[in-house]
Amino acid sequence: MTQTRNLIDENGKRTDGRTADELREVKITVGTIRNADGSAFIEFGKNKIVAAVYGPREVHPKHMAQPDRCVLRCRYHMSPFSTDTRKNPAPSRREVEISKVMREALEPALILEDYPRAAIDVYVEVLQSDGGSRCAGITAASVALADAGINMRDLVSACAAGKVDEQIVLDINDTEDKEGGADMPVAYMPRLEQVTLLQLDGKLSQEQFNECIDKAISGCKIVYEIQKQALMQKYFGNETELKEEAAVQ
Amino acid sequence: MSASRRSPVIVEHLRKQQMWDALSKGKRLDGRDFDDQRPLEIELDVIKKANGSARVKLGHSEVIAGVKVSTGEPFEGLENKGALIVSAEVLPIASPHAEPGPPDEEVVELARVVDRGVRESEMIDLEQLVLVPGKVVYTVFVDCSIVNTDGNLFDATSYAVVAALLSAKLPVLRMEGEKVVDTGETRDMPITTIPVSITAARIGDHVLIDQGPEEEACMDARITITTNEEGFCAIQKGFTGSFTVEQLKKAAQSARVKGEEVRARLQELTAR
Repeated sequence: MTQTRNLIDENGKRTDGRTADELREVKITVGTIRNADGSAFIEFGKNKIVAAVYGPREVHPKHMAQPDRCVLRCRYHMSPFSTDTRKNPAPSRREVEISKVMREALEPALILEDYPRAAIDVYVEVLQSDGGSRCAGITAASVALADAGINMRDLVSACAAGKVDEQIVLDINDTEDKEGGADMPVAYMPRLEQVTLLQLDGKLSQEQFNECIDKAISGCKIVYEIQKQALMQKYFGNETELKEEAAVQ
Repeated sequence: MSASRRSPVIVEHLRKQQMWDALSKGKRLDGRDFDDQRPLEIELDVIKKANGSARVKLGHSEVIAGVKVSTGEPFEGLENKGALIVSAEVLPIASPHAEPGPPDEEVVELARVVDRGVRESEMIDLEQLVLVPGKVVYTVFVDCSIVNTDGNLFDATSYAVVAALLSAKLPVLRMEGEKVVDTGETRDMPITTIPVSITAARIGDHVLIDQGPEEEACMDARITITTNEEGFCAIQKGFTGSFTVEQLKKAAQSARVKGEEVRARLQELTAR
């Protein structure tokens, strides 16, 4: 990727007005799909992604079942209307790869040995895409898994960092992804301090690499707080509302 | 849909124990150090019908890559660039676990990771591969046939693709009106840099490069890091485990050191 125009102005502001360390607005709503065992809707910048979890349930086809652990299945899919030009609804090679890395990013967090002979299906549907949809998808899927009551070691939080105008910035957006110098999506388990997804597209020096990974992880930690808040909101209600209610009574 | 699966290679418990014992002493079952690659053989121009080709053996993993050049329309959004397409197939001859049929997710990932290394490093100056801007460009296919699997297909395939491209001769084409005419002459591929991937596996707390088949069956996580002369170009973490940041930074360091060695081999071989 070679950059053709400046993406950071003289005031240090990016194309969408953010500073280098600023995350786009992230909003997570838990339990939006009634029929699913767990679900979450995430708005990550212009991304609108819904994640639904079904299971643990019986495995079909049966030969896929594992005697000592649960099978995790994952599908990342983009709706045809989610992109600028219509996306063919058939799974592309990109979606096949993202489904795989997404499953591998979530698996370390799940205690699959607790559900032998069963399957957990995770469906991630991108309704509107922006840069960083795999990170937003993993973030939502991890919340949906927690909402489904699956035994987990930690939540998985994901965020990208990258290089724009030779500067390392947090949370690459669509324009920066297409025109910028590098994109590094990272998924992280903040409590266990483990990286579960790491990809890089584009050129980085040794110093930039170190800075980029540290920055992406700092982003994951912010996302982690938002995930916890969203789960708290569903199961314990809004803290300020609760306080107000208590005051009225 | 992507589903968790078991490694088709079975490693007995006793053997696993041996491996872990060796690793805790800083050794591997085949006697290598953690940062040692298996013997690497690279042979160029093995297929005369291709515009460029290479056969790479990494341990007993064997890959043949062939470059075929034709013309076509540019990709959308990349109107002033030639098209580069990398594909890979694990042939049914390659192992008892390989089956004919469309590529599964592991092979799709393999081809995409190798493609990403070549693309993101900008190894080929694609802007030199344009005949009529926005309409007719060179299309460079690099197809990889994996003929024997013995662990770490990522690096074996990546070296095969890079070696094949380094050795490739580009037919000189000319436009005559609407028609593309082959002048019969050839020139070197417009190469700008040599990307080299190094794959490392984590087994327990140990991170070792170029995992063999048994190590691959026992590994917790995998990372493929592609570097060029200046720095990093592409990374892909794979498999179901995780890494600490320290492990990743260390793997990145050894990818640069080891990558330099392989790059020197490729340079020497192709006189680039």
